[in-house]
Amino acid sequence: MRGASRAAAFAACTAFAAAAALGALACGGGPASDAIPVGHVASMTGDTATFGRSADAGIRMAIEELNGAGGVLGKKLELITEDDRSVTEEARTAAQKLLQRDHVVALLGEVASSRSLAAAPEAQRAKVPMISPGSTNPKVTEVGDYIFRACFIDPFQGAVMAKFALGELKAKRLAILFDFKQDYSVGLADFFRDTVKKNGGEIVADERYTSGDIEFRAQLTTIRAANPDAIFVPGYYTELGLIAKQARELGINVPLLGGDGWDSEKTLEIGGDAVEGYYFSTHYAADSDDPHVQEFVKRFTAKNGATPDAMAALGYDAAGILADSLKRAGSTDGPKLRDAIAATKDFAGVTGKITIDENRNARKDAVVLQIRGGKFHYYRTVSAE
Amino acid sequence: MDNLIQQLLNGITWGSIYALIALGYTMVYGVLRLINFAHGEVYMMGAMTGYYTARALGLATEPSLGGLALVLVTSMLACGLLGAVIERVAYRPLRGAGRLAPLITAIGVSLFLQNTGQLVFGADPKFFPALLRSEEVWRSGDVAVSNIQLTVLVTAVVLMAGLEFIVQRTRFGRAMRAVSYDAPAAALMGVPVDRVITGTFVLGSMLAAAAGILVGLSNPKIEPLMGLMPGLKAFVAAVLGGIGSVPGAMVGGLLLGVIETLVTGYLSSTYRDAIAFVILVLILLYRPTGLFGQPQTEKV
Amino acid sequence: MSRTGWARLAGFGVALAALHFAPLALNPYFVTILARIGIAIVAAASLQLVNGFTGQFSIGHAGFMGLGAYASAAFSVYLGAAALDALGGALPAGLARLLYFPFPLLVGGLVAAAAGLVVAVPALRLRGDYLAIATLGAGEIIRIAILNVDSVGGARGFSLASDVHPGVDLRFDSLAGVYGVAVIAIAAIARLVYAGGGLAFRAVREDETAAESLGIPTTRVKVEAFLVSSFFAGVAGALFAHSEGYIHTNSFSFVRSFEIVTFVVLGGLGSLSGAVLAAAVLTAAPELLRGLGEWRMILYAALLIATMILRPQGLLGQRELWPLSRLAAPDPPSS
Repeated sequence: MRGASRAAAFAACTAFAAAAALGALACGGGPASDAIPVGHVASMTGDTATFGRSADAGIRMAIEELNGAGGVLGKKLELITEDDRSVTEEARTAAQKLLQRDHVVALLGEVASSRSLAAAPEAQRAKVPMISPGSTNPKVTEVGDYIFRACFIDPFQGAVMAKFALGELKAKRLAILFDFKQDYSVGLADFFRDTVKKNGGEIVADERYTSGDIEFRAQLTTIRAANPDAIFVPGYYTELGLIAKQARELGINVPLLGGDGWDSEKTLEIGGDAVEGYYFSTHYAADSDDPHVQEFVKRFTAKNGATPDAMAALGYDAAGILADSLKRAGSTDGPKLRDAIAATKDFAGVTGKITIDENRNARKDAVVLQIRGGKFHYYRTVSAE
Repeated sequence: MDNLIQQLLNGITWGSIYALIALGYTMVYGVLRLINFAHGEVYMMGAMTGYYTARALGLATEPSLGGLALVLVTSMLACGLLGAVIERVAYRPLRGAGRLAPLITAIGVSLFLQNTGQLVFGADPKFFPALLRSEEVWRSGDVAVSNIQLTVLVTAVVLMAGLEFIVQRTRFGRAMRAVSYDAPAAALMGVPVDRVITGTFVLGSMLAAAAGILVGLSNPKIEPLMGLMPGLKAFVAAVLGGIGSVPGAMVGGLLLGVIETLVTGYLSSTYRDAIAFVILVLILLYRPTGLFGQPQTEKV
Repeated sequence: MSRTGWARLAGFGVALAALHFAPLALNPYFVTILARIGIAIVAAASLQLVNGFTGQFSIGHAGFMGLGAYASAAFSVYLGAAALDALGGALPAGLARLLYFPFPLLVGGLVAAAAGLVVAVPALRLRGDYLAIATLGAGEIIRIAILNVDSVGGARGFSLASDVHPGVDLRFDSLAGVYGVAVIAIAAIARLVYAGGGLAFRAVREDETAAESLGIPTTRVKVEAFLVSSFFAGVAGALFAHSEGYIHTNSFSFVRSFEIVTFVVLGGLGSLSGAVLAAAVLTAAPELLRGLGEWRMILYAALLIATMILRPQGLLGQRELWPLSRLAAPDPPSS
């Protein structure tokens, strides 16, 4: 009978799913007893998966290198990555799982400020240090004294490009095109706007888009009509390539400026000729002479089949800072580790020389790169002061 | 004035993409009264198939119209097949099970395709190979038209004309119209309803695949989640035109593209996505059958 | 009250006390999952009223949840912090919080209900699929509107922390509270549907035209269902905001709406206990499936499809489990 066989099939499916779940639960046991568990909250699936996976690849490589060189405090580091599906509250559950079930000694993550803000209170409550590789909203480290970050904060980077536009490019009329769904972009745009206005510039057009969009001609046509000297596009490389292409198609020839969200080979791949001559601020220059950076780029490319973007490099450094702090602390004890991280000074990361300041943010120089001949070229350093 | 013309051009080109996707929604709704939420993912699959085909055939380095046509046809065939499979596996078993069960299943298929896409294709955005070299074809003052925009428009129009021909002038088209008008009666008249439904899915999916390729051409960034928003908006376009009506979907798509572009350009770019939903609500309040739809009487 | 009545009340009290003290013994990870299950139950029960019992396809429920979350959070941060601070000074901490927290929940519920009214009156003129997509549109419009309000954070999200009263903990950590509210919601909706004039809802579901011709004020019934439903959705949102401590509009997109619709359909359209069960199982499931990594969501989607194909009436169809079954099919009068 159809009814009975359907019910049986349904029961079978449910049983299978339950078995899979239990199996997964059983297998997800605690860490190996002689390893130091380190947690990573990342968006491995969902709409910002590309960034979460990048950061994870960077962290993973750092951990493998450290383990290859003998580990830390005589033990190997074990990386446990939990996926938050790009969903805000899942970052909190992922953090809780890592903290309460896996008993990680430190938490790395998240790339998005909103998810860091969801996860950070848990780390703070558990008195486990957390280092965000890429969250730039100042509020993240304000959650508590156990929360750190390895990257710039928006006020600094927004001001860098504003001053660059006004001072270097002598651009007085500025337009902004930002991603109003990503707090990174909103934050950068806000500080850029403030700095421009405070320093005698004029914002002639202020347009928005949403991450995931592929059509920007409407906004670009409006910007074109306002006749700016330069356009600030503080978004991610995922949209930047198309924005540049469409801008050129519409006959816009003024330079576009950006932040470290542009830092990925996809900008060159998708943007092609369109991004020629544009400038952006970031943490490091891949064509830097620094052998440390060159080594990193070479090894990462060999391992992952693509050159590292800013998230990967930041992930790598966040893991590096953690390991270095563990060594200095001499123990995995929460408060001691926290103090060691806070005392990080002139750590030689691939994203620059990093010092953790009194607000637990990374103080490091920014570099402005220019795109020439289909490659990123170092243009200028802007010091952290 | 130049600005306005440019915006209108932008809107019409963009709208033709919506129109192609909207046609799939409207045809499936016509024969099944089902909102196929997974349709946006078929569009994504079209773009992905095109991407891998173009790379496999080495077309990235040698842009040509012939290459574009080849990629278009391959992708359309592949996605037509995908559409048929989805219909057979996920929707046919639920025929007659009410309206909500197929809706949920459609959502499940959509989620399944998105996540499988992320797993198989990778979550990172990919650059669609330039199958045509971009050139300016016409310029007047500030208004520019590129060969790519022209190609998109012409291809879309040709495909829509082809569909209209199939619907109005072929036996299959007649069968489709019969099934959407009154399925049980059509069955009684000897129309092979199951095959017609599968065929409808195939046609709709082929158009969505074409839309994916055209988008790859004009906005060459693709990724596994690219179908979500365009899918929803194309659905709004179908409703705007009158869901179930083929010319309605075409007009609805173009109209939505133009309105969206004009609002974004002249009012506020914040509301680009919201505008589609506002239109949806307005249409449903003041003219629920859309521009071309037939009011549906309910038999008591 | 009868002996069984007292016994039931006592049992209830014990359960509530157990829930209240459980967080001390349990891993915070599990406490969070349990809280989320409670919130999902409230959301599912509220949607069941409209979709299951009144037969109106609403798929924009997350919009009301989001409104409730943001309204209650704004209330707490801008007005409530001062009140809670003052209360905390005058009364013992536990009592102060007990007195305070119903207020943000009420605010969330009422704001959402008001939105529900605004959406319902025009939208309920539509039938079937058209109503579904109108509600989808309304949900998205609400979300995008909230995203543009700077005073609740916009793209940066909104933290439940007052700058003026930084020491005040505005979070509502109590499992007992969440499940207490869940019980109230279920009881209220069950009462509404299974007692007295509740048959009207199901009459509208079965055949609206026939119901109208029998003299049932169908529009009023539908609006009432929508109002109550969005009220509790707002309450669920408020609970969510106060237990998470930080909210972002990403949590209230149409994906969330679909999740809640899935609870209701999987549980069985027309079964309150089914919705509750499905909400509990499906909220816990992604956590259980965590070990599977990238395959998690794929498996989840496949499971959804399989369930719909093999058993479209959901788990319970229209039946209820105890104790709701007593309400649904009351004992026949003794002859």
